[in-house]
Amino acid sequence: MKLSDWRPTVSLEAIKLRAELYHKIRGFFLQREVLEVDTAVLSSSATTDPNIESIQTVNPKLFLQTSPEFAMKRLLAIGSGPIFQIAKAFRNEEQGRRHSREFAMLEWYRPGLDYHELMDEVVELMQVVAGWKQIERITYRESFLRYLGIDPHCIDIAELTTLAKQQTGYQSSIDDKDALLDLLMSHVIEAQLGQDGLTFIYDYPASQCALAKVGLDQWGNPVARRFELYAKGVELANGYQELTDWREQERRFEQDNRIRRSRKLPELPIDKHLIAALQQGMPECSGVALGLDRLLMLMLGSGSLEEVI
Amino acid sequence: MASYSTNEFRSGLKVMLDGDPCSILENEFVKPGKGQAFNRVKLRNLKNGRVWERTFKSGDSLEGADVMDRDMEYLYTDGEFWHFMMTDGSYEQHAADAKAVEGSLDWLKEQDVYTVTLYNGAVLSVSPPNFVELEVIETDPGLKGDTAQGGNKPATLSTGAVVRVPLFVNIGDVLKVDTRTGEYQNRVGK
Repeated sequence: MKLSDWRPTVSLEAIKLRAELYHKIRGFFLQREVLEVDTAVLSSSATTDPNIESIQTVNPKLFLQTSPEFAMKRLLAIGSGPIFQIAKAFRNEEQGRRHSREFAMLEWYRPGLDYHELMDEVVELMQVVAGWKQIERITYRESFLRYLGIDPHCIDIAELTTLAKQQTGYQSSIDDKDALLDLLMSHVIEAQLGQDGLTFIYDYPASQCALAKVGLDQWGNPVARRFELYAKGVELANGYQELTDWREQERRFEQDNRIRRSRKLPELPIDKHLIAALQQGMPECSGVALGLDRLLMLMLGSGSLEEVI
Repeated sequence: MASYSTNEFRSGLKVMLDGDPCSILENEFVKPGKGQAFNRVKLRNLKNGRVWERTFKSGDSLEGADVMDRDMEYLYTDGEFWHFMMTDGSYEQHAADAKAVEGSLDWLKEQDVYTVTLYNGAVLSVSPPNFVELEVIETDPGLKGDTAQGGNKPATLSTGAVVRVPLFVNIGDVLKVDTRTGEYQNRVGK
């Protein structure tokens, strides 16, 4: 280790900007009577999402949260009304320019709002904290049609594989349509989104619903009422019109664990408290999580999370 | 040879891809918040110098390449091969073919030390140091008094390389040359 390695990678400029940003966020929600909450970071259950790996503590054996979602939904179920939280989230991912095992997340829930109304509020917040404006809101389908000339709902795996190989230099075969769509989204489409402001992508294939409600789009494709926010080619936020049906929630958790088993990943304990809370009744609502470190990175014009964390 | 998973990919790591030894230049982790993870990797094919861009699923692995860089002294050429000797005291000799010395032929001087890249024990390539010192064997006569500005002329060096030099340079002068650009740096004392 070099003697100078003790120095934090973050600049004082970024630290000050973060303080200012948090101050503005709190002011924004205070004015709108959205309550700030602070839920537990450690939990005996974990997210079952097969694409997210939790970090486990040793003694006692608990999980660090990968987002405050489950804890906040339990608050909604006891009648908290609209709530927000600035929380640390932990994911055991590879490190990179846009990935860190530990990161700051702004998450908020709005009972009574649908996902388009929540997108409106995201735009208002971005305007206040960063001065950015929305340029467009396009469906997942439109983004694939525009940048790749394909309809992601109709295309079959063979065609998708050929396209993915051409576009990304990926060589092995993937027998998983969502993985191929993820590959094209993250390697080809993302970089072109939000170049002059904010772009929302919404109505994801139902197979990528995560914790969102599912419905039909105007062509009859089953789609998740889910959206993602992009600025300067960077994924900044993910939101849902939240699933409130406890049976469906339990089914999705079990499905996740089945996928985990097939990929030889550990199966994880389902959050029974969340299922029970939904069973008791969570209000119809929309919720969104926004990566604050990435936001700061873009506001500072820097190319790596290292410069802000 | 060990194999390396995407999370071990570092710049400089030597791996096999499509049967050729490659050196990793960049490795970027790409993952949507709710989707699957990939690594976008830039590699240099060590056989032909070409840069490849490939994408791997995170967790995929590549076999390591038996590639080593060694310091060796250039001895001589017999016309077909160029002979080098290890500088570690082992006096072990390695012969490089024309393809391996292709990029450094202009800068090969006997007794100077080069970086020799070995692949499965055979010489894959030879890299000169960033700067070499070589004698001028042919150039137009130097102009007295012209020590700084004004024009340049070609000079042939002992290796056969031709570089642009200032007008005051004479036959017999020893010059420092940047091998990356082929540019004259300065005259060095004899």
